[in-house]
Amino acid sequence: MARTPKAPILPDFRRTAAVDQTGVEERAARFTKRSIKQASKLEALNMVLNMIDLTTLEGKDTDQKVRQLCYKAMHLHDEWPGVPTVAAICVYPNFVRVAKKALAGSKINVASVATAFPSGQSTRAIKLADTRLAVNDGADEVDMVISRGKFHAGEYNFVFDEIASIKEACGKARLKVILETGELGSFDKVRRASEIAMHAGADFIKTSTGKIQPAATMPVTLVMLEAIRDFYYQTGKQVGMKPAGGISKSKLALHYLVMLRETLGQDWMSNEWFRFGASSLANDVLMQLRKEKFGHYQSAAYFSVD
Amino acid sequence: MAKTPIKKTKSLRVKPLRFDTDWQYDPAPESASAARIDPQYELFIDGKWQKPQSGKYFDTINPANEQVLSRVAEADEKDVDKAVRAARNAYEKVWKKTTPAERGKYIFRIARILQEKARELAIIETLDGGKPIRESRDFDVPTAAQHFFYYAGWADKLPYAFPNKKVEPLGVAGQIIPWNFPLLMAAWKIAPALATGNTVVLKPAETTSLTALKLAEILQEADLPPGVVNIITGAGKTGAALVNHSDVNKIAFTGSTEVGKLIQRSIAGTNKRSTLELGGKAANIVFEDAPIDQAVEGVINGIFFNQGHVCCAGSRLYVQESIAKEFVRKLKDRIATLIVGDPMDKNTDIGAINSKSQLETILKYIQIGKKEGSDIYQPVCRLPKKGFWCPPTLFTDVAQSNRIVQEEIFGPVLAILTFRTDDEVIEKANNTPFGLSAGVWTDKGSRILNMTRRLRAGVIWANTFNKFDAASPFGGYKESGFGREGGLHGLLPYLNINA
Repeated sequence: MARTPKAPILPDFRRTAAVDQTGVEERAARFTKRSIKQASKLEALNMVLNMIDLTTLEGKDTDQKVRQLCYKAMHLHDEWPGVPTVAAICVYPNFVRVAKKALAGSKINVASVATAFPSGQSTRAIKLADTRLAVNDGADEVDMVISRGKFHAGEYNFVFDEIASIKEACGKARLKVILETGELGSFDKVRRASEIAMHAGADFIKTSTGKIQPAATMPVTLVMLEAIRDFYYQTGKQVGMKPAGGISKSKLALHYLVMLRETLGQDWMSNEWFRFGASSLANDVLMQLRKEKFGHYQSAAYFSVD
Repeated sequence: MAKTPIKKTKSLRVKPLRFDTDWQYDPAPESASAARIDPQYELFIDGKWQKPQSGKYFDTINPANEQVLSRVAEADEKDVDKAVRAARNAYEKVWKKTTPAERGKYIFRIARILQEKARELAIIETLDGGKPIRESRDFDVPTAAQHFFYYAGWADKLPYAFPNKKVEPLGVAGQIIPWNFPLLMAAWKIAPALATGNTVVLKPAETTSLTALKLAEILQEADLPPGVVNIITGAGKTGAALVNHSDVNKIAFTGSTEVGKLIQRSIAGTNKRSTLELGGKAANIVFEDAPIDQAVEGVINGIFFNQGHVCCAGSRLYVQESIAKEFVRKLKDRIATLIVGDPMDKNTDIGAINSKSQLETILKYIQIGKKEGSDIYQPVCRLPKKGFWCPPTLFTDVAQSNRIVQEEIFGPVLAILTFRTDDEVIEKANNTPFGLSAGVWTDKGSRILNMTRRLRAGVIWANTFNKFDAASPFGGYKESGFGREGGLHGLLPYLNINA
């Protein structure tokens, strides 16, 4: 007797879990009360460095600029041995080949934005082509954007199918799905978009493109972490988290780590499952590491600005 | 044809999340040396430190390590009499004649000095009472200051609070406060009494006298006229002497229902006015449509705030049966991240139990819960050897008939019950001699309105819990007491109102 393949059971995305804004903001604020000192701080700072997706996503990006960024990613501060590298660099699809070559021999991944980043306003065919371009050129990770317009219009199936088709086009590359939370308008909708993305096959969910304010905030990241937790308990599948944009200080990054630790715990505490999308965070972390080592701060002039 | 056996669909087995992470927080202790605690404290009567007539002193200890912090005078009947006479004298000769605006100035000054000394007060509160420094620093002390600021504003505006009425103070107020929020309860009592023109004799609880005595120093620094506020220390006998003193016009008490009943008996037949803020066994009600993760947080804070030493603690959790399993799992995950230990560490979530006797009470109830056959859950915590400790505790598979559901435990112990319908949960929530507070968690506005109308509790929070504000009245129904503290309502118990 032939067995019909079991259809995946999907939730009704019109009825996702309710989120109370005040409660989320209070909980997020509570994480910032944890006091991270001494060895614990040192360990956390190194962890943060290793979780960074060093990013350049500008209209004025060039091959040279991307190569410089790749060098920085591999050599954060050669003066001190033992400083970890970042997790990945994040560029536009047309720079993937350049970045891949520049990073050859390192363990640093190349992530490429795709799908008509940052607005996502284009056809499915173009988005798929955009993704394939990046993947064929060797991208290890793809950061796609969801169609926020369709999402607001209630066309959740469209959004779901789009993510699923991009996931298919990714092949082995890991897919990060950018919700652009700054355009979603409420935590309820952030929660809903998170669930759609995870059920459609996202390997990571990501807050923002960095082009819209507000970008990542602690409360919005918490809502997404909680969605990841529930999805894990429902399906057994682990999904990663990437807050992006607006995290430029070590202290804030440490607050995020506390939030990660107390929401998802040990299994998410590495760059396999958590990333910071940031361009200037690395130098602030280096500055703090220097202070922990020598007891005083050093001028910003001692830290390279690629 | 052979029958194919019906395969049981296996429910998904997922490894629970692990919160014993490689990355741990290092100790981050607040420094005890930032606070001054004298080796011995006298009674604060008539603006001066006076030795007790009794000649007796008792030790006050740090419940986190059982070390003696200081020695505190024990007031006997004669000392109480001296304090009441000082208060009467100050009332007749000074305070009654002080203009309302002047009264307000003193209260504002007290509020400001409280803020200036916030760090020291927080440290002493934590050392003496065992509560986490995060709570003393972020809740107790700022909320106490806010209370003085709030009532300072009322001092010269009483005609606006009660238009077309003539209001006058009662005279001398005897105030007895508990050990769970020592400084904050002193503020709740003293601020409205002074704003309305009364004078005060205040007795803090014997395990937590120190911040009230620090407050006495602040009153001196604020130049409050001698005798307007007198602070006398001692245990139950001292309190009884104050309650029974014939020249006290009003008794304000916060504490157990048992003692509240004793006080009511003692003052029956006298013309003493009273407000009593007593025990509670609050229902925290979570509906299936609630914002679940925020409800989990609210339930956790509702019962584990201040080690559960909170009269309005949400100690009975009613969770709708359809989400009960998921909700309990989430509670357990959340509890795994709570840090129990040294109250002076800035990362501590649950500190020490306030006293040995309170710990014994809590442990007694945990035994009762076990004997009654409920399922107990306690996370693995490394508790310090010295001091009084109780890990956060959940009881599931519990019914209305369990004693741990009916009686106030006043510790970090949550009884979890389930319900099916709105009517059922209202009936169960009201099925208690207490009526201080309740919590409702639902995404549906109309349900909130229906619940708040039908729940018999003085304070009902919707989609939040344990929120306090000086402008908001607080107090109970039934055996949780009567009278309101805070807000405009909090002025009334200290005033005679004439048409």
